[in-house]
Amino acid sequence: MLTAKGYPNRLGVWGWVGGGRWGVERYLYTLHRLTGLGLVFYFLLHILVTSSRAFGEAAWAAAMGRVTGPLFTIGEYLVFLAFAFHAANGLRLVFIELGWGVGKPFEPVYPYKTSVDFQRPLAIAALVLAALLAAAGTLDFFVLHGEVTP
Amino acid sequence: MTRDGKLWTWHVLAGVVIFVFLGLHMLIMHLDDVIRIAWWNPAGGHPIDWANVVARGKMIFFPITYTVLLGAALFHGLYGLKNILFELNLGTAFKRTVALVLLLLGAGLFVYGTWAAFAATALARSL
Amino acid sequence: MDFSNVKEVTYRVRRFDPDRDRAPHWEEYCIPYAPGMTVLDGLWLVKELHAPGLAWRSSCRMGVCGSCGMLINGSPRLGCNTQISELSTPTVAVGPLPNFNIIKDLVPDLGPMLATHRELSPFIVRDDHQEMENPSGEFWQSPEELEHYLQFSYCIKCGCCMAACPTYATDPLYSGPMPLAQAHRYNSDSRDNGFAQRREVLAGERGPWRCHFAGECSRVCPKGVDPAKAIQLMKRELVADYLKLRHARCPAKVAETPKGITRREGVPDAPAPTVR
Repeated sequence: MLTAKGYPNRLGVWGWVGGGRWGVERYLYTLHRLTGLGLVFYFLLHILVTSSRAFGEAAWAAAMGRVTGPLFTIGEYLVFLAFAFHAANGLRLVFIELGWGVGKPFEPVYPYKTSVDFQRPLAIAALVLAALLAAAGTLDFFVLHGEVTP
Repeated sequence: MTRDGKLWTWHVLAGVVIFVFLGLHMLIMHLDDVIRIAWWNPAGGHPIDWANVVARGKMIFFPITYTVLLGAALFHGLYGLKNILFELNLGTAFKRTVALVLLLLGAGLFVYGTWAAFAATALARSL
Repeated sequence: MDFSNVKEVTYRVRRFDPDRDRAPHWEEYCIPYAPGMTVLDGLWLVKELHAPGLAWRSSCRMGVCGSCGMLINGSPRLGCNTQISELSTPTVAVGPLPNFNIIKDLVPDLGPMLATHRELSPFIVRDDHQEMENPSGEFWQSPEELEHYLQFSYCIKCGCCMAACPTYATDPLYSGPMPLAQAHRYNSDSRDNGFAQRREVLAGERGPWRCHFAGECSRVCPKGVDPAKAIQLMKRELVADYLKLRHARCPAKVAETPKGITRREGVPDAPAPTVR
């Protein structure tokens, strides 16, 4: 039996980008991870900032003063978009990762209709939901407020 | 059932809880001009104005739901972060350190955030 | 692309000789093209005309043995199953399957995948050892019970799904789509009773929990096995088991020979055995 060490050939993180057939679901997977990371880092800071309300009005005003400005508004807007996508796609993942919406096993006949094709309507619905949430958020952030700094 | 499977099940349940409570939080904070509801922004203006913060602090509904959201979101987010870091496969010592740091960070922030939520309510009710 | 006027194709092959090279590199070869040529046919021509030392695995040349999995124009496919005319350019880029160590040229080391597969007990596991050692009859299984696992039994162990999986790309501890789909194939076989045994191996990083449904494994599978579906169904079964909602079924019983049968008129005896 040949015990070959061989030349390493793992794709690593590039595997999140290519190596298969470049399906939509692979990018939903990658984007779900990236939005999740963005949300968790924002969240850890958010707890520290908003907890200042327990120390009174002056502390609250100071904390809010530190997070104002166009840069922070854009940042919060991106967080909202990340939430819109992560929540909508997450809802889809709850269904399919528990085996609902992926179809039943059946004898495969070429051309194959896979579970990926079966759950495609769910993926589209998730993207539509994310777009609706993002649109509502855009309205609130930039249109109805009227001003850039809150 | 293995430990990882149990943690995953809770991760999914936490996700559903967050969908409900964070959705509510986003409605209050970032969709207030699209859907105006006076109950949670009684003072008008911006949701982050001190008057609105105090008004919400007075209602026991908010510190309770904030605590639930805090716990669920910390667990969900840090478990996800742990998975991503572990998958980069950087050695057992790294994995142990990461797990410990995330656990301490999560527990610490949960205690601090829960204290702040109820302290804010006590402060709001005294005003 | 329309290949009706093409007379020649260029093969861009990832070469690596462990005795001579420090790292893999690309080599280009021109070969004549005829309609109906598969990528595998082209490799044989490259070997014959240009590179006698080119190494790859192939056997049946008709998509049933699973030997010739390789990375063709960026996608993991079977060389024998891929017509050159279905590619979009007249340059065929052939490389070894990613996420496996390269032994030589286009030969990947599938050892880790097969070792994980073995660990998940890919065979019928039952408690009645007497019956397993000395079988007395077939196991009853209805066509509906067969449908539950038949699709997943078509796996030819080619490794294309492992090459396409983004989680397996970063994490060598993850089992990968093939072993997990095969574990589910046996878990959902009504003749099998090894769920508890396999559950112990499906712990931590080895389990299906690292799968997040990128779905690439199912898209590249040349036999339509749909490992993504198998993994999601397995997650459902494991979670139901955790929440105590799973119905543990009895494994299929042995078919008994019917009793009290009389032979019809005029039916002769079977002839005596000729082989002792």
